[in-house]
Amino acid sequence: MSLDLGLPALERAAPRLMRTEPLLNMRDISKSYGNVRALRDVDAAVYPGEVMGIVGESGSGKSTLLRMMNLEDTPDSGNYTLRLPGRENENLFDLTRYERRMLCARNIGIVYQNPHLGLLMKHSSSGNVAERLLIAGERSFEVLRDKAREALDASEFPLDRMDARPIELSGGMQQRVQLAKAIALEPALLLLDEPTTGLDVSVQALVLDTLKRLQRDRKITMVLVSHDLGVIRTMADRVMVMRHGEVVEQGLADQVFQDPQHPYTQQLVHAKL
Amino acid sequence: MSLASLTKDWAATSYGFLDASAKRELRRKMLKAIAVPGCQMPYASREVPMARGWGTGGLQVTLTLVNSASVVKVIDQGADDGVNAASIRRFISRVSGAAETWDTLSATIVQSRHRIPEEIMREDQVLVLQVPNPEPLRGVEPNISIARQMHADADYGKLWLTLYEQIVRKGRIMQGASYPAMVNGRHVMTPSPIPRWDVPKLNMARHLTFLSAGREKRLHAVPPYTRVEPLVFSDRPYQVEDHADLTCRRSGVRGFFMNELPQDGGGSVFEVSDSNLGIKAIDKADGSAIEIGETWYRNGEYSA
Amino acid sequence: MTTTPLLRVKGLTKTFRMYHLDSMLHAFEDISFDLYQGEFLLLRGHNGAGKSTLLRTIWRSYLPVAGQVLYASSHGEIDLANAADVDIALLRREEIGFVTQFLNARPRVAAQDIVAEPLRLAGATQAEALDQARHWLDQFGVRPELWRAYPSTFSGGEQQKVNLARALILPQKLLLLDEPTASLDVGARAALVRRLADLKSQGVAIIGVFHHPGDVAELIDREINLNTRVIADQSAEEDHVAV
Repeated sequence: MSLDLGLPALERAAPRLMRTEPLLNMRDISKSYGNVRALRDVDAAVYPGEVMGIVGESGSGKSTLLRMMNLEDTPDSGNYTLRLPGRENENLFDLTRYERRMLCARNIGIVYQNPHLGLLMKHSSSGNVAERLLIAGERSFEVLRDKAREALDASEFPLDRMDARPIELSGGMQQRVQLAKAIALEPALLLLDEPTTGLDVSVQALVLDTLKRLQRDRKITMVLVSHDLGVIRTMADRVMVMRHGEVVEQGLADQVFQDPQHPYTQQLVHAKL
Repeated sequence: MSLASLTKDWAATSYGFLDASAKRELRRKMLKAIAVPGCQMPYASREVPMARGWGTGGLQVTLTLVNSASVVKVIDQGADDGVNAASIRRFISRVSGAAETWDTLSATIVQSRHRIPEEIMREDQVLVLQVPNPEPLRGVEPNISIARQMHADADYGKLWLTLYEQIVRKGRIMQGASYPAMVNGRHVMTPSPIPRWDVPKLNMARHLTFLSAGREKRLHAVPPYTRVEPLVFSDRPYQVEDHADLTCRRSGVRGFFMNELPQDGGGSVFEVSDSNLGIKAIDKADGSAIEIGETWYRNGEYSA
Repeated sequence: MTTTPLLRVKGLTKTFRMYHLDSMLHAFEDISFDLYQGEFLLLRGHNGAGKSTLLRTIWRSYLPVAGQVLYASSHGEIDLANAADVDIALLRREEIGFVTQFLNARPRVAAQDIVAEPLRLAGATQAEALDQARHWLDQFGVRPELWRAYPSTFSGGEQQKVNLARALILPQKLLLLDEPTASLDVGARAALVRRLADLKSQGVAIIGVFHHPGDVAELIDREINLNTRVIADQSAEEDHVAV
């Protein structure tokens, strides 16, 4: 019966019109934890200004891949480059811990689902943002304060609470602090790991709206991981669908949602409310 | 040749109390500490006849340095006559034959808890500071393994953040003692609980300083002529305690670090913390031929 | 009209594979036509004949299974049928427009900002873009008091006006229209026809699907009737809707 399913969709060609190279380029990423293959020959390319969505269920490898983009983990094999001045052809997995830390602090921002991972809960919100600037060598108190205020404002965080501790804030506000921290140094790449999962639906919409605004105003390149198709659909230009550590389908967001090619993606899309 | 001629006679204790291998280990760690200024070196920290936390770290360094020609001064919060200071000084003298002194100028080794003398120390002197907690990152990173990585990476953002938080919460930097300082532009150290008043004395000092923590089993050093820069924001200058205008009620000296003595019914009187400086000032006023050395602070201003 | 076509569609075929039903659906097969600059092509056919599907396949919301869609972009000719996703995204930003009956309204974005966005993305200043946006909102008959409101709360007709203003604010080389007149009032429909005529005269090539082709009768240069080409069993096509 399934032999009767006709022609597959046309194989897509390599990019011809894009005049820019991908900002992020990952090739043949594989990783096993013991007997579990977390990632298998994953390729990813994200172009400047793009929002790449990664969907998949728990254990699909999407968060592992994001952690590798943030250089928190190293694959068993594979290559990772970011087109940063002077680093174009460098496999970032070869960097030392110190180089990774400096590169991440200056060029990559991340927002975690769990704010405890990204924030010092008992320091002030502005201080959490200022820490990034301190790592980058800023030593003027007034400049730290101004830049923290600016980043919090861009994340639509209420400035009268800028010195409140994250532990005193709501989940949505905590995500805004994480976001402000992530964008404070105007990173080339912003990674979002389930940034709105666990928030109330109304709060979720507001946070997504903030992300949209930032994306539009600052043209930040984003990689967004979520199991929530609605979030991906709202945000992403292109989508990668992951399952069991592999990319099963990749395409323009509207195409993946309207004309999914892989049986798993079809199941995923049809299961959505 | 007999076995007896190759070995020393039995003795109840080794010279300077610590056995030769303990001293050899300490010497190695002290040399390493000098080689990498401000970097903490772990050491075994032997038992000495004193409870941990009462200066055993400083004592072990002093016992390693001391010889029969040494002149030892020991102070506790600036005073030579405290029970602890007197006991340590007498112990060192008994096990090494070193001379004791209260005078900073005549000492070759100054072991101290929480103060640096006000008279400028020379190249031929060594300052040994007793340190309760040698890890400046402890307050921000409880995991010691990660703290060591942070030192390796010169990752001191969280320390700056602590200062940022103090200004945000209190309007100024509240850190009084143990003010974190960058040594030789590379490692941040905690300079033991000396007051902010004393931290500038370590910067480009002529003398060698060891900072040793017996309970924590780590020591670090500031070699002579090494930069020691307290962490400050460029627009929030480092400030020492506001003691410039205080006068010692007993010696009459003015412009040095003072101990505050609260009085019944409110108000305070002050006594100079470096007690032997006060004594020398009184003796000099009484007509004795006393030499008071150059001081780091003049008229309450740091000027060395 | 130039001699080289802007778009050459050759043998374009689309089928949907539906794994959960273990079946496939033929939308259209072996469609070929050329389209020149400034030309207005109407797609005809009864419900389910594959008109919208063809538009969406050119727009690449749907992936064709055979054929070519050779498009003469400003950067050179490219086959939209198999072009890389990032190339399609680029063309959608710069050269090809798609107007549906649905507005992709986002929370807390004002009508005038939604309309101004394509100009902003193309590099216009905020002031210029807003100026233009207000002009087109006015043309399509959106009342000024709504310009700064959030369209997510608007009625279908008002949303569609905002949608059209946004979609048509920036002249494209190729414009795909999927029943843009549905739920429009008479005034807005007239404004739409005026704008389309204007764009056409500027050389924009247009492919359209209309419920009532009479609305745009005077603009139509050519028609393709999909009924005659259609293969059976397109009953489930209406399941695939909406951008």
